[in-house]
Amino acid sequence: MASILSTDSENIMQPKNKLSSILEWGTLVGSTILVCFFLLVILWEIFSKGSSVITWEFIRSLPTEGMTKGGILTPIIGTVMLTLLTALFSIPFGVCCAIYLNEYAESNWLTRLIRASIRNLSGVPSIIYGLFGLALFVQGLQLGTSLLAAGLTLGLLSLPYIITTTEEALLRIPNSTREAALAVGATKFETIKDIVLPSSMSGILTGVVLTLSRAAGETAPILFTGAAFYINQTSVSVNQEFMALPYHLYMLSTQHQSIDEVRPIAYGTALVLVIVVFLMNLTAFYIRYTYRQHEK
Amino acid sequence: MKNKLSAENLRISFGTKDVLKDINVSFREHEITALIGPSGCGKSTLLRSFNRMHDLSADAKITGTIKLDDTDIYGNDMHATEIRKRIGMVFQKANPFAKSIYENITYGLKINNLPHSKDIVEKALREAFLWEEVKDDLKMPATRLSGGQQQRLCIARAVALRPEVILMDEPCSALDPVSTLKIEELISSLKDRYTIVIVTHNMQQAQRIADKTIFMYLGEVKEEGPTTSLFEDPKHELTSNYINGQFG
Amino acid sequence: MRYSARRSLDRVFKYVFKVTGLLVLLLLGAILAMLIYNSVAFFVDVRPLDFITGLEWNPTGDNPKYGILPLVLSTTLVTVGAMLIAIPLGIGTAAFIAEYARPGLKNILKPTVEMLAAIPSVVIGFLGIVVVGPGIAHAADLANGLNALNGAILLAIMALPTIITVAEDAIHAVPKTYKEASYGVGATKWQTLRKIVIPAAAPGIIAAVMLGVGRAIGETMTVLMATGNASLLPTGMFASVKTMTATIAIEMGEVPYQTTHYFALYAIATVLFIMTLAANMLGEYFINRFRKYHAA
Repeated sequence: MASILSTDSENIMQPKNKLSSILEWGTLVGSTILVCFFLLVILWEIFSKGSSVITWEFIRSLPTEGMTKGGILTPIIGTVMLTLLTALFSIPFGVCCAIYLNEYAESNWLTRLIRASIRNLSGVPSIIYGLFGLALFVQGLQLGTSLLAAGLTLGLLSLPYIITTTEEALLRIPNSTREAALAVGATKFETIKDIVLPSSMSGILTGVVLTLSRAAGETAPILFTGAAFYINQTSVSVNQEFMALPYHLYMLSTQHQSIDEVRPIAYGTALVLVIVVFLMNLTAFYIRYTYRQHEK
Repeated sequence: MKNKLSAENLRISFGTKDVLKDINVSFREHEITALIGPSGCGKSTLLRSFNRMHDLSADAKITGTIKLDDTDIYGNDMHATEIRKRIGMVFQKANPFAKSIYENITYGLKINNLPHSKDIVEKALREAFLWEEVKDDLKMPATRLSGGQQQRLCIARAVALRPEVILMDEPCSALDPVSTLKIEELISSLKDRYTIVIVTHNMQQAQRIADKTIFMYLGEVKEEGPTTSLFEDPKHELTSNYINGQFG
Repeated sequence: MRYSARRSLDRVFKYVFKVTGLLVLLLLGAILAMLIYNSVAFFVDVRPLDFITGLEWNPTGDNPKYGILPLVLSTTLVTVGAMLIAIPLGIGTAAFIAEYARPGLKNILKPTVEMLAAIPSVVIGFLGIVVVGPGIAHAADLANGLNALNGAILLAIMALPTIITVAEDAIHAVPKTYKEASYGVGATKWQTLRKIVIPAAAPGIIAAVMLGVGRAIGETMTVLMATGNASLLPTGMFASVKTMTATIAIEMGEVPYQTTHYFALYAIATVLFIMTLAANMLGEYFINRFRKYHAA
């Protein structure tokens, strides 16, 4: 154990007696081990019981016989489309807002108000975004419960995260880089478009992918904006309801009439969802890592 | 030789802080003029006012006139981008774009609608004494060059636009002595074609390359004259104290 | 491009960026307006005092009752339970990562925490049904384990990454000189941690806890799936409870548009919004205090 601890702990840790030393240790190491244990239990449960369910057939076939048989192709397609729509709405909007805050905004009350709103929005519970999507997109704009309404709702939910991570990426670009472009006669917009954005692209992408991985796993905001229990076709249209992996898992584990019969499919769905989210996170880390290598 | 660039009754303040107080200076064509003075004397502020770099700071207030030939560069019909095409700038720390060497040169040409053939790139790099070192790696990211090479690339980037004036803000302060000498040699070779204004902390550098030197102190011009006479026979006591290293 | 065209493009985009910044303000304003408008509509039908102090939530009965107290108490019970688990574990883990773990171990522990944060809430809720629930039922000899305790355990897991990350930053930011002074007078590492480091990092740790509370109050899917959803006044950790978020999630799908019941769910959302906002603002206040304190 001692070999993985920092050196000064060995020199300085000289507790009065052995018992208190063990108790002190137990507290810190124990809590850390317990946190790791939580993750292991989650992963073990999902992987051990889900991996036998996942076959090529499971991935590429539709749910059949009241969803007690067949695969999960429809929710996979739904989640992919939903995430793409979320990206389509949140990225341009979020990146532009971050550009405004970091490149244009003066330090005044308006800017402070906008920043406070963004912090506030990132703390709003996702179910409230769901209500907002219902009131604004489904009912207000008459989009109905649809892929479009759900995508817009998740887009709004993702917005504060995209703005914050993009602004962090822009902040890392030194001012001398901007001055270099201005000094050869570029306008401010050209400086941002040609120099600042390309230089901060990897940072922006990392934030975008992490945000989208979160959006892909969200359930509460799509409960009443467009997610459907069951759809018998794979063709998707933005003005129709859709199936999604997280909602499918929720539904199979709580709402289905024969819950025990569909449990294996629920495990399979959970495993696919976890893999999708982890792959997106890995992509984000990969982008960040290659960027840091490039920096050196 | 005629005056290329001049400032009349120039005052600049940031918020409530007056940085330049009534500056009257002029720079002759095809000469190198050095701006010297202790830190905070306003020499960089003066330099940056010549290509309107202060346009970015919302709290900067500028009065007086700056003329390039007979054009008022802060005039109503003048735009900063146009001025910056005619008055190039090289910064304290080399700041190449995160693009290839080739694109670093062509970027300014492209956005300004100027021809950007390989010949033009080669010419700019030759003028900056860099061509021989990079001619086989033009597609390489500019950030992989050494510090001195990056600074020469920044000079090449500036001369590619064929500006009339080149402003240099302590271009060698981050470089080793060998790279510094190479850049000084380069600057001297550029004066046939350009008017150069250089801010420097380095007295020897001013004496090696400048035709004229301006000494500034607390936002004012204290003394100006041909470099040799200013260093050998300073009129003002402050100047003599400064160039003899009694403060800085 | 011609020069004048470049300049107009520059000006157009300046406004485009600014408009996106203002739209963020509009988004928060619209969410607030939605909550207020629908709550006012609700309070036309139901007296605010009956809502706030009512002990019964039964909107579908012959004599509908709109008392929010059982829901608020359920949310509070589950959140407090979650914090009793997550605060010691989170601070212990944060202290271990910041003070004891060597860089190599840190590089394993930090991604572990990030992986825990990346797991979608619906998957955690599923684990509550298949692992935690049966576990509680077995240990306490209950018919099923879908109760407040289950929800508290799951919410603790969900809040842990937030608490660990923010608290670790706070502990890490305590100046080295403080510790050296403590070692200098002969204190052990454990004494230094308890008497010097944690008190110095206290505002940051409180901020971590408040942000964790905000996260727990607003979380929907895990509590919806794991707490049993009986809308009675909670009687203890083994009682089935129905939180505010779960109530909205369950009932919004079933209510007719613009009825008293429909408006009531927005009134719950308003209370939920205020509670999470308060937790997040407190968290932010303590983060700022911590920054100021250590910048000085």
